[in-house]
Amino acid sequence: MNILSKIVIPLFIIIVVFYGFKKKVNIYDSFLEGAKEGLIITFNIFPSIIAMVFAINIFLDSNFINAFLTFFQKIFHFINIPMEIMPMALLRPISGTASLAIMNDIFIKYGPDSYLGRLASVLQGCTDTTVYVLALYFSSIGIKKTRYALGVGLFADLVGITVAFLITSLLF
Amino acid sequence: MVNYIWFFLIIIGIIYSFLTGNLDVINDSILTNGTKALELILSILPIIVLWTGIMRIAEDSGLLKKFANLVEPFLKILFPDIPKGNKALGFIASNIAANMLGLGSAATPFGLKAMQELQNINEKKDTASRPMITFLVLNTAGVTIVPTTVLALRLAHGSTNPSEIIMPGVIATFCSSLAGLLLDYFIRKKGK
Repeated sequence: MNILSKIVIPLFIIIVVFYGFKKKVNIYDSFLEGAKEGLIITFNIFPSIIAMVFAINIFLDSNFINAFLTFFQKIFHFINIPMEIMPMALLRPISGTASLAIMNDIFIKYGPDSYLGRLASVLQGCTDTTVYVLALYFSSIGIKKTRYALGVGLFADLVGITVAFLITSLLF
Repeated sequence: MVNYIWFFLIIIGIIYSFLTGNLDVINDSILTNGTKALELILSILPIIVLWTGIMRIAEDSGLLKKFANLVEPFLKILFPDIPKGNKALGFIASNIAANMLGLGSAATPFGLKAMQELQNINEKKDTASRPMITFLVLNTAGVTIVPTTVLALRLAHGSTNPSEIIMPGVIATFCSSLAGLLLDYFIRKKGK
């Protein structure tokens, strides 16, 4: 599996370049054209990245999440969800770096092969940073009204996180 | 919606640090935030530029169109509103494929291009279209088969079997994608 993911990118580039060359496309000029467009895309998403990083970091640094979770500690204990994993589950939809950092802490403290380590691994892999991706993709093309997108995205995350809990308890 | 999230993240963060007397932390955070954002931009900029360049070659040579036609029968079910042979299908498929293989960095430029193509066929330019939302649900539910970062980190921490989490991950990701797509489908049906 690991080798497969290493082969994909070089193989993909070879196919694209070779096919373009064969079809007598001026591949170098095409690349430059596309790259220029990439610069414009990055330029367009710059403000929304600044905005999101700003808000997310204020939220994370205030440590509100931990206080919030302490409040619900008894309930989580009652339904048998380990407390250590909750900050990660809550942060996963808003920040990939934050949840990755928590997973790293869990690996150091409990080891990657512990129940918590496996649970964290499944959680990290099974959803994406929904809030961030939505903000980025929509703002890149100037969409203001996102309608039901966030609701559906977060619902999917909730299902994914729940299944991750269930399946890790069942399998390991 | 992003409007509300932005508001709540900032308000909760600042008010909570007022209440807990963590003013130093929040000041630090605000002042160093810009650098973090710039670092993020600088780390994705070369990747986006490189991949939009490569994809332009695929576009100009007709390869992308071929790919779009190939995946059209599958994607047509999920995206009935995208016209036949539209380039968006090719970008959507590339984005999903890159996500599946855990190539998150390559997936983003494809995703941004897909959104651009979808915007071209969007009637109300400031409002998210149905295919856009379906695409984002599929994208954020994250159909990851090979979570490269997680595997690398597990290995680095001395896991005896780093890849044992792949199967449970695939099942969880499948359930979340399916749930998202079903909910999206019912909302679309109801809206018609």
